[in-house]
Amino acid sequence: MTEALVELHRLTVSFDNRPVVDHVDLRVQRGDIITIIGPNGAGKTTLIKAVLGIQSVSGGSLTMAPGLTIGYVPQHLTLETTLPLSVKRFMLLSGRSPRECQEALAKTGVEHLINASVHRLSGGEKQRLLLARALARKPDLLVLDEPAQGVDINGQAALYDLIRSLRDELNCGVIMISHDLHLVMAATDKVICLNQHVCCSGYPADISHDPAFIETFGRPVAESLAVYHHHHNHSHDLHGDVVSGEHDDAHGECTHAHH
Amino acid sequence: MPIIDAVLGDFFWRALIGGLGVALVAGPLGCFVVWRRMAYFGDTLAHSALLGIALSFLISVPLNVGVIVTCVVLAIALVLFSRSKTLATDTLLGILAHSALAIGLVTLSFMPDIRVDLTGLLFGDLLAMSRNDLLWIYGGALLILALLATLWRGLLMSTIHEELARVEGVPVERLRLVLMLMFSIVIAVAMKIVGVLLITALLIIPAATARRLAGNPEHMVGLAILFGFIAVSGGLTLSWHLDTPAGPSVVVTAFSVFLLVYGSARQVQA
Repeated sequence: MTEALVELHRLTVSFDNRPVVDHVDLRVQRGDIITIIGPNGAGKTTLIKAVLGIQSVSGGSLTMAPGLTIGYVPQHLTLETTLPLSVKRFMLLSGRSPRECQEALAKTGVEHLINASVHRLSGGEKQRLLLARALARKPDLLVLDEPAQGVDINGQAALYDLIRSLRDELNCGVIMISHDLHLVMAATDKVICLNQHVCCSGYPADISHDPAFIETFGRPVAESLAVYHHHHNHSHDLHGDVVSGEHDDAHGECTHAHH
Repeated sequence: MPIIDAVLGDFFWRALIGGLGVALVAGPLGCFVVWRRMAYFGDTLAHSALLGIALSFLISVPLNVGVIVTCVVLAIALVLFSRSKTLATDTLLGILAHSALAIGLVTLSFMPDIRVDLTGLLFGDLLAMSRNDLLWIYGGALLILALLATLWRGLLMSTIHEELARVEGVPVERLRLVLMLMFSIVIAVAMKIVGVLLITALLIIPAATARRLAGNPEHMVGLAILFGFIAVSGGLTLSWHLDTPAGPSVVVTAFSVFLLVYGSARQVQA
């Protein structure tokens, strides 16, 4: 399946004639994990909102595969506490069957919280709930806006591992925004460094040597990333304990490097 | 039927039946006001009802129609203004609420030939409920309940998380307009019972009371309707026996129930 799920061609979004996203080309296929990085105000969120169809586009073209289902994991789940809502009800509001909802919760490891109130979840649990809700829709394309925000460092690694294994299972495309450069470099297929325009893109190993990347993030950051670039052969659960890798097969060629 | 005629012939029963009809829709809409933090917004719309009344007299259209149209126009203007973000929303609401009320009062004072019971309009009047009003109330209630039932999932989803709802194909903007229309209808029909200045209280207090005991959104709506019923029947009875103004009596009853529930019941963890 080489057909693109989403293809952006010279996509531009302007606010008051000031381009926030400037002539961006991007192509996402099934199985891709594309991570967008970049400084604050680089237009990362605006770009994915354009992909999601909730931000109007000023120029260029955006082509979606027909019948594409998008699963969206927003940056925060800020819920009004005046609205009583259980995890189960929140899932069912996706319009999917109870069985599909339960399966999705099981996949992201929060099935036990099904009867809990959404107002009493921790940051990590909320992110997993949002991910489950996106999964319940059986998406062709998964779009995540800083999925690891509010999650501690070990939980973050677990979350990125989960996203990768879900990609394998659903054979969907993934676009995500991330701030955690170190994790991104270790966990993603392709990185796009955005600063209004695409300043560089490519595989994590290459991009940290790219002059444009070094210019955007500074030499110390770029150098530290070059050192950090490795794959894990184990993963951590939410509590930070090492979980003997259920993903070892997928990354069998990688060995654990010392930090 | 003679029994129905006897009941509708009595102004107290008319007021009570009308009030219960208002509480029936004030419950669910009040929940949306609380969930979407629209209390001040509701207040602004209610204040503009007086402007609607003045305009209705000016161009001789039925009061209810004038109020609904004015509220809808103001609601749309508010949505458009708040998008420009030059003024904070609460500032904008404060300006429009009081300006609409003031313009309404000034306009009414220019029409000395028209006898308007201002106190009744502002604070509600037990004696003012006509059979025609009952038709308006129950017609409006039926329309609102039908809209709510049809659009429930979309309304709830866009209240919980607007962007997520949009991505899932919920027509968020259109639903917002429908919600405004429903508020406008409720304000027009509730005006007679509780008065322009206290409509928001009838929306918010029963819903807030219900939050304490509710485990899911629909449960909260049901309880809000129940507390609205208690407020209306208690308040109107009070007004009847003690000759107090109708609107404030209803609000005082609603507030007493609120204190009682928050004082005695444990918060439901949901």
